[in-house]
Amino acid sequence: MRFELMYESFFKIIEGVPLTLQVVSISTVLGLALAIIVALMRISGRKSMSIPAYYFVYLIRGTPLLLQLYFVYYGLGQFSFIRESILWPILKEPYWCGIVTLTISTGAYSSEIIRGGILSVSKNFIEASGALGLNKIKTFLLITLPITVRQALPAYGNELILMVKASSLISIITLMEITGIARTIISKTYAPVEIFLVAGSIYLIINFIIVLAVGLAERKLGTVKAN
Amino acid sequence: MFEVFAFGSSGWGDEMLMGALMTVLVSASSLILGILIGIIFAACKLSNIFILKIIANTYTTIIRGIPELLVIYLLFFGGSGAVMYIAKIFGYDGYIELNAFTIGTIAVGAISGAYSTEVIRGAVNSVHKGQFEAGKTLGLNGYGLYGRVIFPQVARIALPGIGNVWQITLKDTALISVTGLVEIMRQSRIAAGSTHEPFIFYTVAIILYLVITRLSNILFDKAENTYSKGFVSKGAL
Repeated sequence: MRFELMYESFFKIIEGVPLTLQVVSISTVLGLALAIIVALMRISGRKSMSIPAYYFVYLIRGTPLLLQLYFVYYGLGQFSFIRESILWPILKEPYWCGIVTLTISTGAYSSEIIRGGILSVSKNFIEASGALGLNKIKTFLLITLPITVRQALPAYGNELILMVKASSLISIITLMEITGIARTIISKTYAPVEIFLVAGSIYLIINFIIVLAVGLAERKLGTVKAN
Repeated sequence: MFEVFAFGSSGWGDEMLMGALMTVLVSASSLILGILIGIIFAACKLSNIFILKIIANTYTTIIRGIPELLVIYLLFFGGSGAVMYIAKIFGYDGYIELNAFTIGTIAVGAISGAYSTEVIRGAVNSVHKGQFEAGKTLGLNGYGLYGRVIFPQVARIALPGIGNVWQITLKDTALISVTGLVEIMRQSRIAAGSTHEPFIFYTVAIILYLVITRLSNILFDKAENTYSKGFVSKGAL
């Protein structure tokens, strides 16, 4: 063990934490919005909405994230109409390609969590809310949504951890976040075990904080009784 | 547009199919290695020995909390060194270099093993205590008890979970393309680079992954039906 190297590289690797957190939080927020749209499309009961949503989720869950990242970063740039479109300032930057890919990915995975959460809301609540004279939109916003948030929270916590892990892939398209810096140091110093321990611990700490925060939120929101 | 997929030396059709075959091979060997690791660590987690429990819990926590890519870098850059270190203990002093397939299998197998551990542990837990007691009453122990009575029941319950692990493993093998193993991901990268047609090659790669996923779903459904013979419905006890 080269402890001095571990100590030195810790301060270098920690510089990648802001980028990791930034990419994860931006794509989590955008992805959540996408997930709600996709989940609502899936349970809309209209085939013209539910079938595209189903295949979107199937496509994203059935292919590796790395491939999706390459597709967005290298694949889309091949066409001149994309290069000339207003999207190009976004799609030419590896940073935004990473965010776009992670948003789409978490949007597909989270939509399943949200769909499960919405479906778990007891019919009794919906009927009671109808009896109280609330319309469909108010029922969704005031009854279904808060219960869904509580029900989906544990699974969504797992999804957040998966997002932190998935964000390491953007190092492959030249972004210097935790894994990117770690890889550079490994290839310079050839000390894989030491650097792995340092970078790994940083990830474990981030994920541990997420687990604590989600647990706290779960306790704060209490439990939902089915009837 | 499709001439780039001609077979033989003029196109990339056969290369892409070989890449798909390599993906399936490395996924399958990783899954098997992962199940073996899973059996060992599930046994550790279920044992009453404190230190074994700690080791198994540390392993699953680390793998599930650290990016797969980092684990792959560790084994890619450190794998040969570790093997040479072990070989040195046994008196071999030469240079050993592991090939990309072996390193990929070990790396993805180690990741897959953490998920398999949880699946197998859950399956063993769900076998009724009475089955162990009845087996012992019949005078069975060791292989007789675990191999003939418990294992078939564990296999049936674990199968859907192992199916999920297979999907994760299949997707994780895309990451070992960074170590140079020529599977779907790497092959489409090479082809995209040399033809300047990244869009079409990555689209084909997506289709190949979806086809493999679809085919393996069919196989797992068949296996589940076979193992569930004699049960009223799938998954019901």
